[in-house]
Amino acid sequence: MPGIAGRFSTVVKAKVSKLLDKAEDPAETLDYSYQKQLESLQNVKKGIADVVTAKKRLQMQSDKLEQQVVKLDTQARQALSQGREDLARTALERKQFAQTELQTLDQQVVELEQQQQGLIDKEQKLRTKLEQFRTKKEVIKAQYSAAEAQVKISEAATGVGEEMADVGLAMQRAVDKTEGMRARASAMDELEAAGAFDDNLTLTEGQDDIDRQLSELTSGSQVEDDLAKMKAELGQGSAPSPALEEGAPAADQPQQSQGGQA
Amino acid sequence: MIVRIATEDQYRLPDEDAERLNALDNDAVAAVEADDEDRFHAIFEEMLQLVRTDGHRLGDDELEESDVIIPPPDLSFSEAHHEFNGEGLIPD
Repeated sequence: MPGIAGRFSTVVKAKVSKLLDKAEDPAETLDYSYQKQLESLQNVKKGIADVVTAKKRLQMQSDKLEQQVVKLDTQARQALSQGREDLARTALERKQFAQTELQTLDQQVVELEQQQQGLIDKEQKLRTKLEQFRTKKEVIKAQYSAAEAQVKISEAATGVGEEMADVGLAMQRAVDKTEGMRARASAMDELEAAGAFDDNLTLTEGQDDIDRQLSELTSGSQVEDDLAKMKAELGQGSAPSPALEEGAPAADQPQQSQGGQA
Repeated sequence: MIVRIATEDQYRLPDEDAERLNALDNDAVAAVEADDEDRFHAIFEEMLQLVRTDGHRLGDDELEESDVIIPPPDLSFSEAHHEFNGEGLIPD
């Protein structure tokens, strides 16, 4: 049957018939086929383990990012109280970026969770089908002549072969997704290492490039909002920088220099 | 007829559904050709729902070959370009 994924079942059939063509002894073919199926079950187990590993990695990354968000917020505050608005802005840009990444990561963890569950279900199903195939093959071996057996084997093997191919496809898709996430996680590690603040609030090497990337990635207005809020909290409404927001509420002005205001 | 939703399950459907499925498949091909992603996803979703609601899930102990295999539910639009082209479920 052509069209919509028809070639998928064609591939399965081609594989099965190739196997049968080579076989002189149907009983042997059946045993061989069953052996292959057991191997593919092992592969599914390995696939599940890979997904779990990837998920753990992402969860660790997510924890690290959460700490990063808190740290950057603190650093922005420190920078601002020392009159370093430039540093504060950079810290907030990074915080913004980290928060966006955090959302993506959390969503990916959920996705991997679903992948994992899907593969576990698939493994169970394949296991049951293999058991069925094993029973059938013993019946075929015991009851049919070689010629008749060929037909029966073909039927059973195609059914189970299709299931194996489908599990293979499910695994491939899970692996592809996992790979993509892994690459992203590595990129995050590099970005963090290259552009991290050290504890003395100075930037490490390679900052220019990272800062440019960050500025492009983060939404400027959110950073400005954060900055304004932080300034208000720190009571810096009249700090020397001309870039300060003009509409700051009077309550946020430093009190000690203004005698007569209620 | 037996329909598999790839990476999901196999279902046994009444033979009458073949025509509806084929019509949806043709629509899906047309949507892909027109590069209409939203429309494609709507049609593809309808196709999956038809199989899931009208069909009976095959037992895990049934070893059956599918008459039709529908691509995985999480198919992306770029993947759809490879799957939904040319002849439909039932060749004209």
